Amino acid sequence: MGFSSETKQNSLLSSEPGIQRTQYPYVTGSSVVALKYKDGILMAADMGGSYGSTLRYKSLERIKPVGKHSLIGASGEISDFQEIMHYLDDQVLNDNMWDDGNSLGPKEIHSYLTRVMYNRRNKFDPLWNTLVLGGVKKGQKFLGVVTMIGVNFEENHVATGFGNHMAQPILRSEWHENLTFEEGVTLLEKCMRVLLYRDRSAVNKFQIAKITEEGVTISQPYALKTFWGFKAFENPTAGADGSW
Amino acid sequence: MSNNSCMDLPAKGGFSFDLCKRNAMLSQKGLKLPPFRKTGTTIVGLVFQDGVILGADTRATEGPIVCDKNCEKIHYMAPNIYCCGAGTAADTEAVTDMVSSQLQLHRYHTGRESRVVTALTLLKKHLFNYQGHVSAALVLGGVDCTGPHLHTIYPHGSTDTLPFATMGSGSLAAMSVFESKYKEGLSRDEGIKLVSEAVCSGIFNDLGSGSNVDVCVITKGHKEYLRNHMLPNPRTYVSERGYSFPKKTEVLMTKITPMKEKVEVTEGGDAMEE
Repeated sequence: MGFSSETKQNSLLSSEPGIQRTQYPYVTGSSVVALKYKDGILMAADMGGSYGSTLRYKSLERIKPVGKHSLIGASGEISDFQEIMHYLDDQVLNDNMWDDGNSLGPKEIHSYLTRVMYNRRNKFDPLWNTLVLGGVKKGQKFLGVVTMIGVNFEENHVATGFGNHMAQPILRSEWHENLTFEEGVTLLEKCMRVLLYRDRSAVNKFQIAKITEEGVTISQPYALKTFWGFKAFENPTAGADGSW
Repeated sequence: MSNNSCMDLPAKGGFSFDLCKRNAMLSQKGLKLPPFRKTGTTIVGLVFQDGVILGADTRATEGPIVCDKNCEKIHYMAPNIYCCGAGTAADTEAVTDMVSSQLQLHRYHTGRESRVVTALTLLKKHLFNYQGHVSAALVLGGVDCTGPHLHTIYPHGSTDTLPFATMGSGSLAAMSVFESKYKEGLSRDEGIKLVSEAVCSGIFNDLGSGSNVDVCVITKGHKEYLRNHMLPNPRTYVSERGYSFPKKTEVLMTKITPMKEKVEVTEGGDAMEE
């Protein structure tokens, strides 16, 4: 995979002309927010793919099931996400071929992804994604994150990108153990609504995915209700003529 | 016009860029400038039923160090107008002091209560003039004869008029609270609770903000400055051992002389001479 002229170039590729790796992302997905609830994991992401400052794709599925026990959500470069799905499909296929009654759980996939991302980063050729991995196996819930430089951790509630700044404060104050499904969805929708108001790359078309011991359910795309009717927005300069 | 004549007289006002070339040369040689004291910050404001509520945290940072654990970020502009400041502390203090005194002079001149738009225009004129080099991001709020007003002012001089606003490094955390919980026509207590919640969100989720919450409630004809309204970061651990400084100097003799008997106090007296 790839060219083997690394030896010559000493991996400081900018110093030698010839091969250039991906330096920046092109088609990007916005934030992913996920949390643990009573029966498993809930994950939400919008369906937008931005091409720089254009909203190019509005029906991208950024949450996908992996094997029987996991869900993966990705933000960042979409083509790299598709590549990661390709690797994961290979892993799942390999696992199925063993036909030993055991199947890859979320912890194993999280570990595999960490290795992949970290190794690519060491070769100065990162997969430009922040991945959220959630799943339930044998009653044990798992929710973790892997970033493009290989940082990985597990938590009760996670968010990527802009979600870290806007959704995590809400989750930190309102998440608690054993949320019901409805409470979890309300909380996620609250976060996604705030992101919709304040993140320029967000679109009003979401999917919420749920994974429990029984399996994966990814909802149909739907839109959130927003409120723009504040009286103060209607005539903001009333009483202050000339300002804006 | 030769350069020599310019060198003799110092510039009358504004910024002088004489030392920029020297600074560039020094930084090339590896000298680092001392960091500004910034107020890494969460400042918020919202309009409620009867007026405006402003809120701010109380941490001032100098790079990675907290240099003031309990500073005041809500500045007085006029009896009915207050202004929260984020950015470089010196800039916010100087700019608000300057405009506050201009407003006072204007009040003497007109004999009327100051209006929030006046403060807004004076601030934005000054900031635009300095093209963003005066690093002050402000949330200006007050109640005047035309009603309650809330504005944000950016370092480059642009302004917004909003029902709720946040600025500073903790603005995203505070804004997430406002966006999910703000309603029109809040009562005073609901408003104070929401403002405190937003500032706390900034304090606990942003590294540049911390310590306590200051709140200022402005209504028609009345204002309340609630300094340290909430103290969510108390010092909880105090070592029971106390301090034990090793005794270094031996005490040979102790003599206490009360000074009051030796001094004559005269009322009045002469004014101080130059």
